[in-house]
Amino acid sequence: MTVLSIILFIFLIIGIFFNGLGSIGLMRFPDVYTRLHAATKCTTFGSIFTSLAVIIFGFYFWKVSGDSKYGVLALHTIVALGCLIITNPTGAHAIARAAHRSGVMPKQAVIDELKEADLK
Amino acid sequence: MIGFIASFVLSFFAYLFLTANQGDILGLWSQYEMIFAVIISLIVAMISTKVLFQKKRYRLLNPLRWVIFLFYLIGPFFIAMAKANIDVAYRVITGKINPGIVKISPNLKSDAAITLLANSITLTPGTLSVDIDESNNDLYIHWINVTNLKPAIEDICGSFPTWARRIAE
Repeated sequence: MTVLSIILFIFLIIGIFFNGLGSIGLMRFPDVYTRLHAATKCTTFGSIFTSLAVIIFGFYFWKVSGDSKYGVLALHTIVALGCLIITNPTGAHAIARAAHRSGVMPKQAVIDELKEADLK
Repeated sequence: MIGFIASFVLSFFAYLFLTANQGDILGLWSQYEMIFAVIISLIVAMISTKVLFQKKRYRLLNPLRWVIFLFYLIGPFFIAMAKANIDVAYRVITGKINPGIVKISPNLKSDAAITLLANSITLTPGTLSVDIDESNNDLYIHWINVTNLKPAIEDICGSFPTWARRIAE
């Protein structure tokens, strides 16, 4: 076990743990809004860590072997990570807004100011 | 003109990122790739300038704002996100929730700032932006653990509005 593979394993384990937790949250929470909490936060955070592991792997082997395919792997993962961080909260916002406008109310809610405001 | 140059540089780098392969330049690109990148990004810039800079505001092109943005992303934002995940993990395991939709008025004016704030709110502790009142930029936020029916901005998103103002306004 080199230091590199230990770091990679730690990152992968953190990432998989949070991604798995997001999936469990999808099953356990009662309605669409609370499920979105689990789906957006946990999967973004988990995917950041798994992507970081891939990026470190790619740059390290690029430097060691000089083969540019590892560098390409790392660069493409950086692009994917950027797209993920932008699109994930935007998509969650779109789903939540569409759900509220089509009449799905939050369960067990103690307050709902959006319903009172009645936006058009 | 500034808008044209900015969108040209942006699409040039996007093209280079996506076509990285073997070659002479840095071991990743060949000369033909470079020539092609320039031609294609000229075409893309001609088309996309109108869309990217509809309101003719060039504040976001200031490099200082990008440095602040990067600092924000690595520092306060990442810490808040780690906290959010531990919080959601706790709620997934125990099932203790007390949800509701509350309203905050961050008093931000530009579209970029309110987008940044809404996305930051979605990714951080127990909050999810649901809707926006476009007349005065009030945000409606689904809060997973309501402790206070009329919350102050600090209860929900900490120092994020100050950062959003610094970066995008």
